[in-house]
Amino acid sequence: MATETLNPVGAPTPRNTTLGKVRTHPTQNEGLIFEKSSPGKRAVRLAPLDVPEVEAEALLGDAFRVDAAPLPEVSEIEIIRHFTRLSTWNYAIDLGMYPLGSCTMKYNPRVNEFVARLEGIAEAHPYQPESLTQGSLEVVRELEQCLIEITGMDAITLQPAAGAHGEFTGILLVRAYHESRGNARRKVIVPDSAHGTNPATAAICGYEVQNLKSNSLGMVDVAELERIVDEDTAALMLTNPSTIGVFESEIHKIADVLHAKGALLYMDGANMNALVGKARPGDFGVDVMHLNLHKTFSTPHGGGGPGSGPVACKAILEPFLPTPVLARRGDGLLGWNFDRPQTVGRVRAFYGNYGMFVRALAYILANGPDGLRQTTEDAVLNANYIRASLEDLYELPYKTASMHEVVFSDKRQAARGVKTGDIAKRIIDYGFHPFTVSFPMIVSGALMIEPTESESKEELDLFIEAMRAIAQEVDETPERVKNAPHSTRVSRLDEATAARKPVLRWRPVTE
Amino acid sequence: MACPAHLRYTQEHEWIALEGKIGTVGITDYAQSTLGDIVFVDLPKVGDPVTANQTFGSVESVKAVSDLYSPVSGTVTEINAELATTPDKVNEDAYAAWMIKVELADQAQYDGLLSAADYEAFIAEETGK
Amino acid sequence: MRYLPKSPAERAAMLERIGVRSADELFHAIPEEYRLRRDLKIPRQMGESEIIEYFRNAATQNGSGFASFLGAGCYRHYRPVVIDSIVQRGEFLTSYTPYQAEITQGTLQAIFEFQTMICELTGMDVANASMYDGSTGAAEAVMMASRITGRSHSVVASTVHPEYREVMATYAQHQGLPSLTVGYEAETGRIRLDLLEAAITDETACVLVQSPNFFGVVEDIPAIAEIAHAKGALLIVSIAEAVSLGVVRPPVEADIVSLEAQSFGVAISYGGPFCGVIATKEKFIRQMPGRLAGQTHDADGNRGFVLTLATREQHIRREKATSNICTNQALVALMATVYLTVYGKEGLRELALQNMAKAEFARKALSAQPGVKALFEASPRFNEFVVVTEEPVAAMQARLLEQKILGGVDLSKWYPELGQATLWCATELNTRAQMEAAAATMAAREAVGA
Repeated sequence: MATETLNPVGAPTPRNTTLGKVRTHPTQNEGLIFEKSSPGKRAVRLAPLDVPEVEAEALLGDAFRVDAAPLPEVSEIEIIRHFTRLSTWNYAIDLGMYPLGSCTMKYNPRVNEFVARLEGIAEAHPYQPESLTQGSLEVVRELEQCLIEITGMDAITLQPAAGAHGEFTGILLVRAYHESRGNARRKVIVPDSAHGTNPATAAICGYEVQNLKSNSLGMVDVAELERIVDEDTAALMLTNPSTIGVFESEIHKIADVLHAKGALLYMDGANMNALVGKARPGDFGVDVMHLNLHKTFSTPHGGGGPGSGPVACKAILEPFLPTPVLARRGDGLLGWNFDRPQTVGRVRAFYGNYGMFVRALAYILANGPDGLRQTTEDAVLNANYIRASLEDLYELPYKTASMHEVVFSDKRQAARGVKTGDIAKRIIDYGFHPFTVSFPMIVSGALMIEPTESESKEELDLFIEAMRAIAQEVDETPERVKNAPHSTRVSRLDEATAARKPVLRWRPVTE
Repeated sequence: MACPAHLRYTQEHEWIALEGKIGTVGITDYAQSTLGDIVFVDLPKVGDPVTANQTFGSVESVKAVSDLYSPVSGTVTEINAELATTPDKVNEDAYAAWMIKVELADQAQYDGLLSAADYEAFIAEETGK
Repeated sequence: MRYLPKSPAERAAMLERIGVRSADELFHAIPEEYRLRRDLKIPRQMGESEIIEYFRNAATQNGSGFASFLGAGCYRHYRPVVIDSIVQRGEFLTSYTPYQAEITQGTLQAIFEFQTMICELTGMDVANASMYDGSTGAAEAVMMASRITGRSHSVVASTVHPEYREVMATYAQHQGLPSLTVGYEAETGRIRLDLLEAAITDETACVLVQSPNFFGVVEDIPAIAEIAHAKGALLIVSIAEAVSLGVVRPPVEADIVSLEAQSFGVAISYGGPFCGVIATKEKFIRQMPGRLAGQTHDADGNRGFVLTLATREQHIRREKATSNICTNQALVALMATVYLTVYGKEGLRELALQNMAKAEFARKALSAQPGVKALFEASPRFNEFVVVTEEPVAAMQARLLEQKILGGVDLSKWYPELGQATLWCATELNTRAQMEAAAATMAAREAVGA
């Protein structure tokens, strides 16, 4: 085997193994926190009780917990080391390019984290009087105004906790709108290139999902759309730019086809990073859309969340927004208005993922109009640079102009038995997070690459070099690609066993 | 693997063996190899009705779910409970790892299914080989 | 544009390789009539110091230095410093969903530890990697119960957090999942078991109660479970104040537990982000929403973790998925995991006992004042309690605010039948002095000549 084929656990590491951006280095082993536990160790000391103790067992009766939950008993240094060691097993934007298509893994500015932790902001309670909440509400109002301007819409709710939650809210608005006109309608049209959340959302909102096949360009087939849209169509859920990273240039026709039958156009804002400051969905016929603050507006992904999924809409949908909505009162103070007779109801307790609002607004303020536009241009520039640098080696199934991401297929590599998933695993060895694998589903063996604006030319060149090197390996030493990764702490994990015999929690050996 | 000649097949990649009025149903070797490692098989209950060309359950691999389509209409008389704990048997031998037994409502439905040769030709056409 | 790592020369070189003259040309697919040819009307670009100033100013407007007795679904607990030092590590903060297990073992193992701790606390067999929050988690739990039982109705206690109930109603309305609400006993503040029994039919998928409930009263879970199970319905227990599990018996008779983990080291942050989680019995795993981390091994036999049972989820099953949920609250779940590790077995018990003691002291101090009466005094409670005052709530709260005290939450909006009632919460962070000051202010009503 080649010199960089290392057994990460135990085996000595050759020193001369560099692969462009990276070289291997030892990682520390670390068991589960429960395995470090030993009775009597502790990491906390409470302030002494300044009121009389209570007899909990007497007060709670049968509801008293006899056995304390067997949580780990460890000291503070062990906690810091445990989680620090775990953290080093993660790849992250802070370590390098993370071109996971559709996820917009951009830099997460540190000032966002700082301001979200300011005491008066982080400690504000949702039920404190409005007179003591004006600062928090001012942040909400400012963010709402910015997002309305960016999207070109008329109204907004920040309540949804994530993108899929935003979709749910948006389709509820659609439903309420149709109901108010006497007929909720029956179906929602979803292109076959859509994220899985779209059909799942439509189903949860009580709609039948009608699939729309993409045309040969990977775009909405307007003639086919025209054929299937009827008085029973509530909406089309469209991602624009689409999941193959191209702008639906017939968007106005799409909107017209829908509107002619009284249906609405929902836009999944997952790819808004291609549009901010350059075009506004509200201007090209979109009636309702969600944004992902954790994608476009730089709030951290945090290993899978928290997100935030505001929903912006046109005035016709405003009466149906989730309750409450922010309003300026007669006395000039901001407050929540609960008197919303046509509302779809609440989608989340309190007011949404407020901590994410603070971060997103900090990002917008750090950029301003010129910065946001430049950000969008750089995101599109980076994707096109990658496309231009790799299209001779990787198949480009759709030649339409790319926006913020580029989708290749593994067609040429698959002919040698190497699939997109293998290439993804091999790019890990070169020091990058893989692209999105096997999505969108309209591209067989898709490699979906979204660099975002956060990558320098230097980092992009290293990525391109790595992808080109892998293409060569596929020709010369395909096994090395198929068995990748070789440099990680663990090699490929047995997912079939994990699913057949699920072990979803730790148990002590002697129980 | 060649398709056993004594079975009948569907274009959804199920096979059926008939003994008297009882049909035994599973998925083909081609289906299991396309799905990859099968991790879960979801089957109906004994006594449930099934309808030809309609779903009666599903098989799951790590990252995919495929519906199972009944070749015939009738009533489920038995299910292969072993698959609940050892779904990998389907990968090992798709023609031994049967899924349900059905009392056929209409023998003609069986007669209308694909023969082994028809099914092999169908696969060849699908895979473009 | 300090976040953009490119010089003009580098941009020019890149454009040259692509073969266009300007970045604007790359947007040619957008029809000209939809191009924005002006600046967005948003605030101008600010320096970092200005941004901090902007938010400091907002924080100041919120007021500071108040003694708070607010709970009602958002609890003030001390957050150990190590939590933020760990969650601010870039490897946790700036990674994403652990799709590529080989380079996300840190997140995956932490989730696995979180799932384990939630199981130990709740008495359930399995827990997921988290949900958005307690309200959406409760709504998802109801949908899950419907899938398991094949029944469509739910019966919900009126003592479940009112905003949770609103969210459940929003989720259920278009799925043909009608819901009945069952009231509480005036004496105990607990769900009325006779009404509960009458409300359950053979169409009832689940009974959902909160414990401790919105009044802070611990429900009789074994009795409720018996009634629900006798008619083939599942029992869902929603827990909004997770620290209660340090001293309150876990709801082991429940079929599904929907927990809000905010109390475990998550800042209140005006109501979010929080961390819901669903825990259940092993036999219901496949009907569970949300991500799950599972243990497995790699090709060399090393222990490792992966996301598993993904076929339940939307990215595979699309419109047939158990839920449309895509993200979890991984970073917030990590906060909870660190918190539970810091407190540990003995620490969480001690913390819970302190909360009970503080709430007990506060309740006695307040209800000893003229014109103030505590409700549900004979019932088991954790760290919240309801008082009814002769003085109108608004007037009382205004007098408390003058003393820099945030009094209890006004219940009249949700429970008008209780009269001038407020819901108070005392945690380990409330000092005796604060409680005595609140009591003294309530007592001073006579003196100001009411």
